[in-house]
Amino acid sequence: MSDASQPVDEVATKVDEGALGSFASGVQTTEEYPLRVEGLRKSFGGITAVDGATFQVESGSLTGLIGPNGAGKSTTFNLITGMIKPDAGTVTFNGEDITGRDPHEVANRGMVRTFQIARELSEMTVLENMMLAPQRQRGEELWRSVLPGVRNDVREQEEELLERVWEVLDFFDIDHIAEEYAGNLSGGQRKLLEMARALLTDPDMLLLDEPFAGVNPTLEKKLLKHIHELREQGYTFLLVEHDMDLIMNNCEHVIVLHQGRVLTEGTPNDIRSNEEVIEAYLGGNV
Amino acid sequence: MSVRDDIAARMPGGDAGLIVATLATAYILYVLAGVVLGYDLRGQLNSLATLTFYIGVFAMLSLALNLHWGYTGLFNIGIVGFMAVGVYVMALVSKPLYVAGGAAQVGGLGLPLIVGIIAGMVAAALLGFVVALPALRLRADYLAIVTIAMSEIVRFSFLSGELQQFQLLGTRVGFGGGSGLILDFVPPLEALFRSVGLWGVYLGFVDATKVIVPTNPKPVVDGLIYGLLLLAGVTVFFWLLKRTGESPFGRVLKAIREDEDVANALGKDTDRFKIKSFMLGCALMGLAGILWLMPQGAVTPNFFRPRVTFFIWIALIIGGAGSNTGSVLGGATFAALLYQGPRYFQNLVTTVLPNLDSPPGFGQAVGPLISQLDPVPFLLYTIDSIRQLQLVVMGLVLIWLMHNRPEGLLGHRKETASVISLSRPKAAAAATDGGSADGDVQTDGGVDVADSNGGVDDE
Amino acid sequence: MGIAETYSRGREFAIERPFALVLGVIAAYLLGDLLLGLVTGQTQFADIGSLVWDGLMRGLVIGLAGIGLSMTYSILNFANFSHGDYITAGAFSGWSTTYLLAGLGRADIGALVLVGAGGSVYGGTLGIGMLSTPLAVIAGIVVAGGFTILLSLAVDRTIFKPIRDEGGITLLITSIGVAFALRYLMQFVFGSDVRGTTAQPPSVGLYLVDGTVFIDAHDITLLVIASGLMLGVHLLLQRTKLGKAMRAMADNEDLARITGIPTERVVRSTWIIGGGLTGIAGYMFILWKGTLGFNDGWLLLLLIFAAVILGGIGSIYGAITGGLVIGLTASMSVLWIPSAFARAAAFVVMIVILLVKPSGLFSGRSTA
Ligand SMILES: Nc1ncnc2c1ncn2[C@@H]1O[C@H](COP(=O)(O)OP(=O)(O)O)[C@@H](O)[C@H]1O
Ligand SMILES: [Mg+2]
Repeated sequence: MSDASQPVDEVATKVDEGALGSFASGVQTTEEYPLRVEGLRKSFGGITAVDGATFQVESGSLTGLIGPNGAGKSTTFNLITGMIKPDAGTVTFNGEDITGRDPHEVANRGMVRTFQIARELSEMTVLENMMLAPQRQRGEELWRSVLPGVRNDVREQEEELLERVWEVLDFFDIDHIAEEYAGNLSGGQRKLLEMARALLTDPDMLLLDEPFAGVNPTLEKKLLKHIHELREQGYTFLLVEHDMDLIMNNCEHVIVLHQGRVLTEGTPNDIRSNEEVIEAYLGGNV
Repeated sequence: MSVRDDIAARMPGGDAGLIVATLATAYILYVLAGVVLGYDLRGQLNSLATLTFYIGVFAMLSLALNLHWGYTGLFNIGIVGFMAVGVYVMALVSKPLYVAGGAAQVGGLGLPLIVGIIAGMVAAALLGFVVALPALRLRADYLAIVTIAMSEIVRFSFLSGELQQFQLLGTRVGFGGGSGLILDFVPPLEALFRSVGLWGVYLGFVDATKVIVPTNPKPVVDGLIYGLLLLAGVTVFFWLLKRTGESPFGRVLKAIREDEDVANALGKDTDRFKIKSFMLGCALMGLAGILWLMPQGAVTPNFFRPRVTFFIWIALIIGGAGSNTGSVLGGATFAALLYQGPRYFQNLVTTVLPNLDSPPGFGQAVGPLISQLDPVPFLLYTIDSIRQLQLVVMGLVLIWLMHNRPEGLLGHRKETASVISLSRPKAAAAATDGGSADGDVQTDGGVDVADSNGGVDDE
Repeated sequence: MGIAETYSRGREFAIERPFALVLGVIAAYLLGDLLLGLVTGQTQFADIGSLVWDGLMRGLVIGLAGIGLSMTYSILNFANFSHGDYITAGAFSGWSTTYLLAGLGRADIGALVLVGAGGSVYGGTLGIGMLSTPLAVIAGIVVAGGFTILLSLAVDRTIFKPIRDEGGITLLITSIGVAFALRYLMQFVFGSDVRGTTAQPPSVGLYLVDGTVFIDAHDITLLVIASGLMLGVHLLLQRTKLGKAMRAMADNEDLARITGIPTERVVRSTWIIGGGLTGIAGYMFILWKGTLGFNDGWLLLLLIFAAVILGGIGSIYGAITGGLVIGLTASMSVLWIPSAFARAAAFVVMIVILLVKPSGLFSGRSTA
């Protein structure tokens, strides 16, 4: 209901500044640690997937979240973004307690995630996928979309959005597949689409769940470059990845999750020399 | 892309051409059958009016269902419940006030027909809201069970003695129970033409048609005009749903159909979108129900059996869920071939062979076939039971479609969900061309974006 | 625990589980209303006793038929809307047999085979009943089960199997097609009249506080056969290898495939067990209520769905419990609401369960 009651002008401005507007202007986050997670816990039947995880993510940082398979990384993402509700613990975003909020509420507050297994909307074209993302579009109100007259406002906004969409498509270099159905894309292209789409929601913070899985090395380099560029503009990133080297070379801060708990955290160098991490990762194979 | 899409593409007039061609084919078939039968002009016109009527109602209903299932992925198999509520509430509002000793057991509020129609649609939408609010979070198959249970609850309620008559605003109203309601308001056509002050003109027109239909032309003309009005209604539904689909709202619906979690994660309050889509579809179903039953003079609860819902689903699946054009084509095909076709065929046979007595039951029909190899009684029984067998055929058609062509006649239509064409705007195209000329596409592309946006912000 | 704490807990509960709270209030109100009725003498104990008994009988039929639906729902992953018409098919096949055996020589064979279509012969006239014509009834039960097994296997082979991988909704829609084709084919053959099938069975009256509750021979037959079959299924699922395989399939089909359980065999067994129980449930339903029409199974289907969802899809104990709850609800609701809404009340119970606990009462315990 809050969306609907918002004055039209404000809605319009929000979108105008949206998406790529922030590429140039940067993101303003007042908090030093926009995301704080405390004592997060979730069990599925007998398995405790996340077991009291506590960490925070610094504003404007590229923070890595690593851990062996099954450590609870994706579940943590699901808990933070409200896809599933935690059994215990709190999630604070930009100073607001968002524990247990619905995913769309979390996204509306500026935190958007991508999925480990890319979830493209397969019977929609890449363009439709992208056009979907911007928040608070006028035409999302049924009456505006249908009634003659007001529909022109919607059309205007669609034209503005479309320009931004194409810019982002160019930015991610997927403009050549813009008219394809998302279901026909390769795995790597889907990952790109997911990230581009997430960016178009005009977030302050992006949670990326293994964005490089299935992406070829050239593309991976490019994506990383984009991520660094965006980070410089003020976006905050929390990145799940199990490729240690990648994390070590790109993140300034690394959180290690093991069996649902934070094993340790610190700079890549700290982590690299941490016995426990090596143990957890390699199970004594060293 | 399917072969059928190519047909649509090659069709003069595109989708509209396809619809017109389908309708024309149906009409020509019916006229030819009428000729074979030796129908006079009156008979021909009546049969066309009936055909148009059913094409109209089924096309409207399958369009409304397309909004639920094709656009949003909401599995509603309680359609008939929304139709019933629409009709009954319309009757409650628009039936004339009760007068003791009149033909009608109960009266209504005596308000104009248009008020009744709107009230009926609103009531159907509200029922949709009540069903949707809890049920939309459920899996598709649960929603199916809830909606069909709801439609049966609605039917039982209208059947019940308790709601047969009651006092409302100091007047005796009610839903008539099992014996139903007489719809004793001003006939819809008359109400329509009177409201625009053209009733006299219309009567004059009817009188003029005596040239073609010499005796009592009014019922014939009424039927044809009402049919045409329904087709106009189909056009309005089509227009409304096309605009709904080709909009940011429709885009979210499409996303919900594809993967609700993703839409939600992208900041869309999917429950709200689903409720709105559901309510709109329910209102349209209510309207379609009203338009179907309004001219019939009476309504009984048992008209609203789940089989009507089943008809609409077949119509939609024939045409292809997801496509409005497909919905109309499916509605028309279903009405002409599966719904009216067998009944028409039965008429044909009984007209050609009027004096044959069909056996009263299956036993008497099969007996001669087994003992004397005499198939005639069995065939007669078959013809006589065509209304039951018609449902068997529909069931088989549905099975066949699900096996062989689940995406329907039109194949998997993908209509773009946006107000505008999504091809690259001219200005942006020029900008990128400049960027890529440098060779290092990636970096320059990125910088370009930032730059051009900075520029926009400065303005 | 202090008062304040109790209060705050209560408040928390009210906020977190508003539905549960509302339901509690409604239940308390209904109970209070009933007790008041009993105290003031408006409601009689014997009336309640009769309704409970009636609900129990109805619940046994629903539960018995529900086992099959629940099993196919969980193992084949779709809501089978033709299940109701399997019930009717079982009933017609069984009653055709019973009529034939009970009336041979006394009426035209055609009329008997068609279960007296068009009023050609009446079950009452033939004196059909568990005590009067036990062989005919037992043969009918066997044929009802056997025929429905064959029917469900044939439908599966020709219709469901080819599209089994297409997903639950495709199968669901297809099953609606099967339902209509079957139902109206039966109407074509057996006619649309609702016929009486049994002579009045002998009954005993049990004295209860202020009146008598009558229990007749067919009630007892239903009770014995339904409980026996339910026990049988329980033993089958718990004690045999096949049962274990079926439970595994219900829990996770992919897993079952990997671990090498012959899924096709399990699927076939599901139809055989489910179909057999369903057909017998159809027969017993008619024996108990004494009338037969082509719509009977369909009208029962939604109640069965309600029972299965209530109990938790995939759980046979859930189906049985759900059946009893739904049966009792449908019968006993007349204590509070007009009888026209009895069926509606059962649906409302189902909808409420879907809201409060969509996974059902026995959730997470598939086919166990
Ligand atoms: N929906 C679920 N149901 C049951 N178990 C789950 C579910 N989601 C995750 N798990 C379990 O929780 C654990 C953590 O999984 P996940 O968060 O996906 O790990 P990661 O992403 O670190 O590889 C695993 O053991 C997984 O099997
Ligand atoms: Mg993961």
